[in-house]
Amino acid sequence: MVSKNLIEVTNLEKYFEISSGMFGRNKATVKAVDGISFSIPFGESLGLVGQSGCGKTTTARALSLLDPKTSGDVNFFNQETNSMQSIDDLDDVELKKFRRNIQMIFQDPYESLNPRWTIKDIILEPLNIHNIGELKDREEAVVEILKTVGLTPPENYLPRYPHELSGGQRQRVSIARTLIMKPKFVICDEPTSMLDVSIRISIMDLMLNLARDLEVSYLYITHDLAVARYMCNRIAVMFNGKIVEIAETEELLKNPIHPYTKRLISSIPVPDPSYDRVVYDLDYEELDSIIAKDDKNIGMVDVGNEHFVATHDVKGLL
Amino acid sequence: MSETVLKVDNLNMHYETSEGNVTAVKDVSFSINKGESFGLVGESGCGKTSVAMSLLQLQADNAKISSGSIILDGQDLVGLSENELRKVRWNGISIVFQGAMNAWNPVVKVGEQIREAIREHYPNNSKLENTEKIASLFEMVGLDRSTMDRFPHELSGGMKQRAVIALALSCDPKVVIADEPTTALDVVIQDQILKEIKKVQKLLGLSLIYISHDIAVIAEMTDNMAVMYAGRIVEKGPTDRIFSSPKHAYTRLLLESTPSVVGEKKKLRSLDGEPPSLINYVEGCTFSPRCPDPTDECKNGTVPMGLIEVEPGHFADQCCVNCK
Repeated sequence: MVSKNLIEVTNLEKYFEISSGMFGRNKATVKAVDGISFSIPFGESLGLVGQSGCGKTTTARALSLLDPKTSGDVNFFNQETNSMQSIDDLDDVELKKFRRNIQMIFQDPYESLNPRWTIKDIILEPLNIHNIGELKDREEAVVEILKTVGLTPPENYLPRYPHELSGGQRQRVSIARTLIMKPKFVICDEPTSMLDVSIRISIMDLMLNLARDLEVSYLYITHDLAVARYMCNRIAVMFNGKIVEIAETEELLKNPIHPYTKRLISSIPVPDPSYDRVVYDLDYEELDSIIAKDDKNIGMVDVGNEHFVATHDVKGLL
Repeated sequence: MSETVLKVDNLNMHYETSEGNVTAVKDVSFSINKGESFGLVGESGCGKTSVAMSLLQLQADNAKISSGSIILDGQDLVGLSENELRKVRWNGISIVFQGAMNAWNPVVKVGEQIREAIREHYPNNSKLENTEKIASLFEMVGLDRSTMDRFPHELSGGMKQRAVIALALSCDPKVVIADEPTTALDVVIQDQILKEIKKVQKLLGLSLIYISHDIAVIAEMTDNMAVMYAGRIVEKGPTDRIFSSPKHAYTRLLLESTPSVVGEKKKLRSLDGEPPSLINYVEGCTFSPRCPDPTDECKNGTVPMGLIEVEPGHFADQCCVNCK
């Protein structure tokens, strides 16, 4: 069976105008996201990996419509019409519906929860905004979702404030707030990087279980390839606003081709003192031979196994 | 036989708060030889940084060292006066803090800020001598010597952190404490900084105390290590032995909960629960509530505690060794 795509992104671009100098006369454009394309099938997760400043979070914000994109197509599967629909064509009512289906989990559970609201209010808010169900049903839904994310017994958590919870518990609240909308697509921006090692795995396991049970797809943004390996079916490596390589997770780790991917993989410390990690020396030979294959100048070459490598020139950038 | 530079013996430290005493460091002992790197690993709040702060006697006002000794080159640092400590700090032990790159004074050139530290410890040096010294330190950590005339905002995060390492080395310390020096940095930059620290350590024969929550970094950086839990060292010994044959249940769980990019993809184990409150310290095994397999003795607190030697140089808490 060919899996259906939940979201298809083609040539997404997000540029920022910056001005400097007296009266801002010197204008320049920062190409934060520079023509990226990917798709995510139902129930699968895509990892977006790269250094800070490479455009990961900008991509997330453009996809979740927090910031308007500069250009490019984002198509989302519309369950009512059973077809792909461009987000540019949505009217106000459809847009609100679309926003229900696409939710975001942020990096910092200390800053993304309102400190003056109780846990109940925080999780209830999206239901109130979207006017879903009667008040009694909403409250039941909050209790149910707290159980789902492992904050039991729920009565203990409902009246509490974020400062009374630990980092791991707060991130569970963030996840609960996200999932109460029953979204199909969740963008996770480094949801575990602020958490302690010991708590990290339980949050990641929770997210994996929810993906399986509720059929949620993730776009999982992280700088840590080891985490991405644990969470994602496919990984896209981003550099300088572009995707330089995208492949199935194990394929990418075993058989990286782009010099930047190799550098990134070889930079990650290995929890084994006997492992002799050698940092990859930038070598463009393999990339050059791939660039040569791209005679139509498409920008990406399929090297087999659904493994794509970008062919734009990165010499001098790395 | 290599000489011992720093010896910490039965160190106990607590914070006095309105809710009671918080025992942050409990019976911690370790020693470090010249040129050795020693790792301290554990969850947040386990007392890693409290140990570092005690070594430099930089702890908060409400922190009290109730017993124990910290012997650096034959001199006990516990109980020294503020004046005597000023000589030891930076000269005997220096520290690279977590996020230290954000602690530069924004209106003073980085080179001048390092010069300040050198002048304090070597008042007789000429200005030119100091300039040369700063330049050579910068080159050692992989920065151009012209960087010393730059302001902090002109440098990237990685460059600032390199400059912090140069600052930590400026007064020829015997021991350098690196407290999560790379947590705020990117993986690629982290890798470069780790290499730089390793290189400088070898070059100068420094003793390094490397504090991190990331067990993968500890694996790469250290010869010996200690695992801390709730203010106590629960296991210590050669890094390769602890990784290949961990004895304490907590160490095993830490190892099994760390994802890796090499080797087969494996199921990771989660460490449920939270570390215990350290207010009004209870005797007995503090790990038993989270232990996957505690005995009745563990739970009712009658199990004998304390490190025992399981193989030469490898110590683990006897409660857990006997549990198995």
